[in-house]
Amino acid sequence: MKIKSTLENYLFVLPAVTIFTIFYIIPFVWVFQLGLTDWDGILPTKHFVGITNFQEIFFQDPIWWQSMLNAGYITLIALTFQNALAFLLAWACDREIRMKNWFKVIFFIPPVLSEVVVGLVWQWILNGNYGLLNYWLVRLGFPNLVHNWLSDPNTALTTVAIIHSWKGFGWGFLIFLAGLQTIPRELYEAAHVDGANAWHSFRKITMPLMVPVIVLVAILTVLGTMQAFVLIIAMTGGGPAYHTQVPVLRILASMRGSSRFGYACAQGITFGVVLIIISFIQYRFSKRAKA
Amino acid sequence: MKTGAYYKTKNVLINAAVYIFLISVALTCIFPLFWMVTSSLKTQETIFKDMSLIPREFHFENYYLALKEGEFGRYFLNSIFYTVSVVVGIVIVSSLAAYAFSRFEFPGRNFIFYVFMAAMMIPIPGSFVALYVLLNKLHLRNTAIGYILCMINVGLSTSIFLLKTFFDKMPKELEDAARIDGCSKLGIWRHVALPLAKPVLAVVVVFNALNVWNEFILALIIFDSRHLMPLQVALQQNFQGEFITRYPLLMAGLTITAVPIIIVYLLMQKYIVKGVTQGAIVG
Repeated sequence: MKIKSTLENYLFVLPAVTIFTIFYIIPFVWVFQLGLTDWDGILPTKHFVGITNFQEIFFQDPIWWQSMLNAGYITLIALTFQNALAFLLAWACDREIRMKNWFKVIFFIPPVLSEVVVGLVWQWILNGNYGLLNYWLVRLGFPNLVHNWLSDPNTALTTVAIIHSWKGFGWGFLIFLAGLQTIPRELYEAAHVDGANAWHSFRKITMPLMVPVIVLVAILTVLGTMQAFVLIIAMTGGGPAYHTQVPVLRILASMRGSSRFGYACAQGITFGVVLIIISFIQYRFSKRAKA
Repeated sequence: MKTGAYYKTKNVLINAAVYIFLISVALTCIFPLFWMVTSSLKTQETIFKDMSLIPREFHFENYYLALKEGEFGRYFLNSIFYTVSVVVGIVIVSSLAAYAFSRFEFPGRNFIFYVFMAAMMIPIPGSFVALYVLLNKLHLRNTAIGYILCMINVGLSTSIFLLKTFFDKMPKELEDAARIDGCSKLGIWRHVALPLAKPVLAVVVVFNALNVWNEFILALIIFDSRHLMPLQVALQQNFQGEFITRYPLLMAGLTITAVPIIIVYLLMQKYIVKGVTQGAIVG
């Protein structure tokens, strides 16, 4: 009876465990195995090459490190511009204002759209020859600002980063707003009675209480932005030249472009380790911030 | 001495600034979609010249052409099929598991649960390479079922987590009563636990539906055959290829892709806000 009951319990988790083992754990292990081979993805033979792939990544693949820097640059803009915008909007909404719910609904529209849709629509607006943005710039009297936003190496990466921020700020906004709403109103009232102005209340009440939320949003932003690439496929395809390449695009290129599955896996591992190190540093940082 | 009037003017000014800020950001959120729809109603000739916000004539035939010639009708049905199958799969598989993790005792329970949770934390950016190899070996690549199983797996950890958290807080009395009445474990899960979990199931359904509908990379590497592709891949492939300069059709295709998700979002907005904030607080 006891054994039968235990078996019955296992049956409940069996479907989940089966799917998870086949589609998560096995690929996870394979990434590490394949990363040590020179497999091309087609031939049945693969040779164990040790850490050769990793040596190549570290010493002979400048484009990989360029793509890492590009992702870092986009992340930096997301951390500063996108999150500052999200915080300001949340702060503006955290009061008695009309249409508050409308703003909440609207600010989360970009996040629910797919990266392909967002990328292609913005690509059309930013089109160098026929785009609406350049048209308006001319009409409004700034013809010297007209650019081939996505095909000029000087502007492509920043443009992509800003569109990425446009797509993502709604997440930060909702989380910040939820955080702000947990701060008891009495604190502000007490501060007001004591003669504090809005700026003082913000510095001495809002900011300290929001530190954990800010750190959380920062961690989510970094992990999400470093791995973003679909938006870039839709907007620039990684070009012009390699100016908007990011690590996941390089992995995809190794796999599909040059049919180097082993190398692609090694790149994946390298990138995964970098991400884990970054989140660990942020985690430590957040612990210190809390203490 | 600052007078009341001073403070009043100051408040009005601050409020006005806040509104201008909020409204201008809100406009940038909506405008690209508006421009997408506008552009989808122009013709191949006018779209490059006519920059008016409302087109002079509405060319709805672009939608017909996109659906027929661009085969967006098929891609649309594919996307619907994948989304529904994956969401149903996730709801069944993850609620069974979450219920067991929450209510039953069995050896290895906590270990298995933590493995699922670890999968949420550990990023493996190259996993699609190995997944491609795996599906090839199983002869599931370029099949609908292969894609559906992969996507069920993608949503599993988070859904199990949300559901288990809910079951943990749910009172056990109703289930005890059902058990005394002779209901089986499966029966209690089906007739007592699932109906009570409706609020959290709504969150699970909405988030996974958005995720599957918008998914790109796995569909890109899994499907070779045109007739199996979902919307996202078809958009990217078609318009980098044969339709590259047919912007009105592209915009119609984008509208067809975006509208269902916006409708679902507006209808289920409450659950999305709940999901984001809950997920953030526990995360």
